[in-house]
Amino acid sequence: MYRYDEFDHTFVEERVAQFREQVARRLSGELTEDEFKPLRLMNGLYLQLHAYMLRVAVPYGTLSSQQMRKLAHIARRYDKGYGHFTTRQNIQFNWPKLEEAADILAELAEVEMHAIQTSGNCIRNVTADHFAGAAADEIEDPRVTAEVIRQWSSLHPEFSFLPRKFKVAVTGASNDRAAIKVHDIGLQMVRDARGRAGFKVIVGGGLGRTPLIGETIREFLPKRYLLSYLEAILRVYNELGRRDNIYKARIKILVKEIGAKAFAEMVEKEWQFLKDWDVDLPDEEFARIQAYFAPPPFDDLPAVTASFEAQRFENRDFARWVRNNVDAHKAPGYAIVTVSLKPEGGVPGDATAAQMEAVADLAARYSFDEIRVSHEQNLVLAHVRQADLYAVWQGLIAAELASANAGLISDIISCPGLDYCNLATARSIPVAQRISRRFADIERQHDIGGLKLKISGCINACGHHHVGHIGILGVDKKGQEFYQITLGGNADENAVLGRIVGPAFSYDTVVDAVETIVDTYLGQRRNGEAFNQTLARVGFDPFKEKLYAPH
Amino acid sequence: MPLIKDSQIVEDVWTSLDDGAPLAPGVWPIVSLERWQAERETLMEAGVPIGLRLRSDQSPRAIAEELEHFGVIALAFPKFTDGRPYSSARLLRERYGFTGELRAVGHVLRDQALFLLRCGFDAFEVAPDTSPDAWRAALAKIKVRYQSAADHRSTAGRLSRKAVRPAQARTPALSLEPEPCAASWAY
Amino acid sequence: MTAQIVTANRLGDGAVIYLGRDDIWGERLGGAAVARSQDEAAALLARAEAPAHRTNVVGPYLMDVIDEATAPRPASNRENIRALGPTVRSDLGRQAEIPGRR
Ligand code: SF4
Repeated sequence: MYRYDEFDHTFVEERVAQFREQVARRLSGELTEDEFKPLRLMNGLYLQLHAYMLRVAVPYGTLSSQQMRKLAHIARRYDKGYGHFTTRQNIQFNWPKLEEAADILAELAEVEMHAIQTSGNCIRNVTADHFAGAAADEIEDPRVTAEVIRQWSSLHPEFSFLPRKFKVAVTGASNDRAAIKVHDIGLQMVRDARGRAGFKVIVGGGLGRTPLIGETIREFLPKRYLLSYLEAILRVYNELGRRDNIYKARIKILVKEIGAKAFAEMVEKEWQFLKDWDVDLPDEEFARIQAYFAPPPFDDLPAVTASFEAQRFENRDFARWVRNNVDAHKAPGYAIVTVSLKPEGGVPGDATAAQMEAVADLAARYSFDEIRVSHEQNLVLAHVRQADLYAVWQGLIAAELASANAGLISDIISCPGLDYCNLATARSIPVAQRISRRFADIERQHDIGGLKLKISGCINACGHHHVGHIGILGVDKKGQEFYQITLGGNADENAVLGRIVGPAFSYDTVVDAVETIVDTYLGQRRNGEAFNQTLARVGFDPFKEKLYAPH
Repeated sequence: MPLIKDSQIVEDVWTSLDDGAPLAPGVWPIVSLERWQAERETLMEAGVPIGLRLRSDQSPRAIAEELEHFGVIALAFPKFTDGRPYSSARLLRERYGFTGELRAVGHVLRDQALFLLRCGFDAFEVAPDTSPDAWRAALAKIKVRYQSAADHRSTAGRLSRKAVRPAQARTPALSLEPEPCAASWAY
Repeated sequence: MTAQIVTANRLGDGAVIYLGRDDIWGERLGGAAVARSQDEAAALLARAEAPAHRTNVVGPYLMDVIDEATAPRPASNRENIRALGPTVRSDLGRQAEIPGRR
């Protein structure tokens, strides 16, 4: 994975020193809150319902064991013993003190981490496929691209005060696990007719108040022009994006208003000037970064591991966990493990310090020291030998991390909602908890099959509810929590927005409603159809009838 | 408003004129785009250097062909979070080759000093109580940078990761920068 | 008018605090000074925003309470959660210190 060089270290250490001084000025009263707020936000420090919240960037969701141990240490020493992994592959601490914020940042800097650009109208942490470097369907490791973009976008002098925040996601594979079509820019690695790698460029996707699926503005961008092309997009957006209305300021609104074709033409025109300027990385710099992401030294293994097959045969619980939480790896004899952060009745995405350490240990021992955070709020051990899967599973059981539910209905994405978030209109976590308890029976979950349920506590849609097969949005109706349900959304390469099924449900009835939807699906399902397939075939009516039938 | 250039407060030789205000002999005016467009001939005959003021919603693309007439271009920040003037500045310096003074006016804070400088600004109209020392200090805080921008123009065989260095050629008077980072890793 | 009190977060650690009758900020909502008219509310907020508090308090604002004989209670869900702690972690926040709540 990427390692800081002296340059990066200097950059981050300078920022810590700067922030330490700014905090001191605030605490002494030299800075007012109005002056200080943008400065603390630039360092990822928010003020939430109960306390400050520190959002730490996990670039493209990749962590070393050492970094994970540091996060555990911070959780224990400066927070209340846990952290929350988010849909942006970051981690949030819910109880840090301002007085200790600079100390936390200094500790993070020791392990090459920071909280820069996790807030504000700048280019945010770049996200990537959490199976990067391991997925069988990958053209190239997307993290090389993501790291190049991370460096280019760090304190970008021209693009640090955009009309609104800006999120970029990258995938190196054709199966999109990074939800690139619902980002401001989505990049998908593709090959042209001559077999050269480049990017398909998608712009203007996003969720929130005005959910939109991104539009492709370029089918193939040669790799070497990545940064000049991004610079062209950002410049057009910086100049023309709306600044009169915060709700219309994202690039998606600009693209929608002027049309994807016209937008693409403006970008191309701007790019003609920029492409041979000195924005793009020289090949040797690209190669330098690429070298950090060279595949780990995989052993030459047979594709099938006999001991693993035997263990799977003998132990049904293990077999079940493998079936759901283990994916195919590109190297023979290896596998990708998803560590579910969705235990029955748990808080989606939360991990205790001890759990973080347990995963760090497992990664150090069995997965080349590397951990991923997925946008689905799980952790991933990307390179595990099949022969070690049983030991990994045992380790996860000991840490209470062995829920065999990846991709199933209880693998719920949920934002923090009103339990933590200042912007929330309703709670989301307790709804997720109640649903996971209702569907606790793992056999039943298997029977239902793959189903993405996503919950947001307000219209900002951090829980990606629009692109859940079942999406739940918490709303406030005269002081009461209500939940609007959307059906049929999808975040992958066939991204589509869900549609509202009907009037919202109360806090007490929303779980029943979800169960009704699931039962209706099971009743209508033919030949193992997925949820969205059944929905597409039968339409919304059968669901509405069951949901809103007079009792 | 005090004007900071070369990390000092300097006397402002220019006068910002409202649209209705008359030209006066010997006064170097900075005028709005509207006035420039309406009174181009008169202004050019006045026999003094002319400055141009652009609001953040006015793109320099509109006057790209006329830059030789301006000794200074003032780009206005209605609030510091309006980032359009950064793009305008880079366009003026990098694309249109503007060599005169590029001045940041309006809500200009020292926390933005480095961004301004890197986009090609070389003069800053600041709040009355601003000390040039604080500006210098703000600039000295972050020495490294990851991307190329208007403050550095050599293109041949260079890497993008650099320490902030004094700007080149077109902004010769600039000395607001921190000490150049001499370490070899910076290049 | 609904009764109101002033709440904010403490600068140093972000803790939820309320302005008390004696102009001292405390973590107990029960100790908050209650305003029962528009004028009282405006005066209370003005006190909260006094320069003296600016170095230890962030973002004071008025919140509605149900004015009960013994002590005020938050009128909204949000303020209830702020006052007590996350509903999903009864071991955290002020609720953890209240006997019988865990
Ligand atoms: S969706 Fe709303 S409630 Fe949930 S985390 Fe985002 S802003 Fe907060």
